[in-house]
Amino acid sequence: MTQQQASYGFWRAAGKRLWADKLARFCMAVLVVYFLVAGAAGMGWVAKDWNEEVGVSYANPSFLGDDYPNPQGKNSIISQEVLVVDEKQKAVDPLAPYYEEIEKNAAAYEKAEVKPSWTLLLGGDKWGRDVFDKVIKAGQVSISIGLASALLAVFIGTVLGAVGGYFGGKLGDLLEWFYNIFTSVPYILLVLAFAAVFGKGVSTVILVLGFVGWTGTYRLIRAEYIKQRGRDYVMAANAIGASHGRKMFVHILPNVSHLILVQLSQLVVDFIKAEVILSFLGLGVPTDSVSWGIMINEVMPELVLGKWWQLATVAVVMSTFVVSFGLFTDLLRDALDPKASRR
Amino acid sequence: MSTYLLRRIWQMIPTLAGVMLLVFFLFNVFGGDPAAILAGKVASKEKIDAIREQLGLNAPIWVQLWIFVKQVFTFDFGASWSTNEAVSAIILQKAPVSLTVMLQVWLLDAIVAVTLAVAVAYKRGSFTDRAVMGICTAAMSISLLLYVVVGQWLLAYKLEWFPVLGWSDDFWTNVSTYAPLPILLLLFVSIAPSLRLYRSFVVEETGQDYARTARAKGATEHRVMFVHVLRNAAVPIVTNLALALPGLFVGSFLIEMVFSIPGLGKEIVNAVQRSDFPVIKAITVYLAMFAMAVNLLVDVLYKRLDPRVELK
Repeated sequence: MTQQQASYGFWRAAGKRLWADKLARFCMAVLVVYFLVAGAAGMGWVAKDWNEEVGVSYANPSFLGDDYPNPQGKNSIISQEVLVVDEKQKAVDPLAPYYEEIEKNAAAYEKAEVKPSWTLLLGGDKWGRDVFDKVIKAGQVSISIGLASALLAVFIGTVLGAVGGYFGGKLGDLLEWFYNIFTSVPYILLVLAFAAVFGKGVSTVILVLGFVGWTGTYRLIRAEYIKQRGRDYVMAANAIGASHGRKMFVHILPNVSHLILVQLSQLVVDFIKAEVILSFLGLGVPTDSVSWGIMINEVMPELVLGKWWQLATVAVVMSTFVVSFGLFTDLLRDALDPKASRR
Repeated sequence: MSTYLLRRIWQMIPTLAGVMLLVFFLFNVFGGDPAAILAGKVASKEKIDAIREQLGLNAPIWVQLWIFVKQVFTFDFGASWSTNEAVSAIILQKAPVSLTVMLQVWLLDAIVAVTLAVAVAYKRGSFTDRAVMGICTAAMSISLLLYVVVGQWLLAYKLEWFPVLGWSDDFWTNVSTYAPLPILLLLFVSIAPSLRLYRSFVVEETGQDYARTARAKGATEHRVMFVHVLRNAAVPIVTNLALALPGLFVGSFLIEMVFSIPGLGKEIVNAVQRSDFPVIKAITVYLAMFAMAVNLLVDVLYKRLDPRVELK
């Protein structure tokens, strides 16, 4: 009796290799949590009120308790002056007859006053915003910028690389010229030059990073297409009369898609790091929004006052994500592209 | 050799022309109306028109392009839009400041990383090796931003070992007082990836046949490492070091902003914030030129380090 054992397909085998690695499973679990939370924040299910002043300025984290020294904490209650209008003043006040009417009108706009709390789960920032909500919202912004710009860069790089590698010739030379231009200016300087022209904003950051960061993918995909275009299966597709576009994107593309996936994963990490630095320098996400870079930008004066919780929170949250994503990328590359060297 | 050099320089021309076209179209076509930026918030139509005339913006686009090309080759980009200083003067004044910090980082990084890489490669596979590599991976995963922010707070503000920030006009005061902390923080960030890279270069060479042969004929481990292996590993290491050169002129944007060092990096960030296009244009074009020259230099260096390399 012979036992039939079908061999696994490429993706299945790679998935099995990846799943067999404990570290890879752990990283994937971490990333799933981040993406779920970011997704929930994007839908407005969590951290919707990150911009509300829910606590006192620099509210203590709850684990420190409200007795932890804080100039605006519970142990130093600021009293508000209450104005009492007595009969003598009413006599000379021209508005006195209208007080009742004014109060009635004002009541229509009155909201229940939310008492700012002394402590928040992970503390508060200068404006009494909850650091916990803020870091979630910031994560959503940073992660979506990283993902969107990486998708854009990979798309540009793949299309140009495919065209350049497949056709070669004059068109290929033209694209090589493009590539040389973009790589001859230091990366960060090119990003800043684009940022100077296109101004600030979330969508601008995505466009800038995408338009500047396509060169690595282009190089890789172009080399791959040059290798693939002479293979038998492409010849076969040619023989049955497949068009250029069909050969490029239906026949060859699936054979290089694993490289594209690794590239995408790598660029997400790189672009999140770039976004953090751009926002920190005040050239990225506008300050009425929030991202991990903007949070780090806010902590420098806070540290001098001894308010370390925002820094600690954003450092732990951001580093965990970047480390997990970086390790995951390495392991993904090992699983999908075993021959590639790891440096 | 000279034919090779000539051909390489000839090949640079289209790339350089491309960079100039990119910069020109980026700033002059997509960059919005510079006259509106220059005239400020309350601008009359006459004022904008006068500025347009002065900048030559009413001329056809190919005339403007010609003006730009002339600017590049005469090193005369006119005056900065925000400070009215000559752009060439700004570059000449700021570049040495960036270099004061970055050259030291570059040198120290090379010395420390290569020494450690060789030392670790001796013990490859041992606990020390894995521990050092583990520390490197951990150090690399933390953002430069966090090193800078925490480092400045802890080492300068809390422990008072260094001044928190500042810069002076005197070179020696800068080197002895203000530069050490930024250099230290940049080294923390740059040594880990360099060390990993250089170690992989050295370890790759120690596994080669010639290293085994050298050991077989009785050469000591030190001789194998320093005479045989290091000479071969030097080629990628030198390449890596040379390619980092153009970046030195920009300095580290972050470090110059945080420590308020008046170098090129700070100048560029400020120029971007103020939409000061001439400054960004000039720095971008000249740095691209410099990077191309360095690339050529690297290829010539290859030949020097490894006589087997044929320059074609």
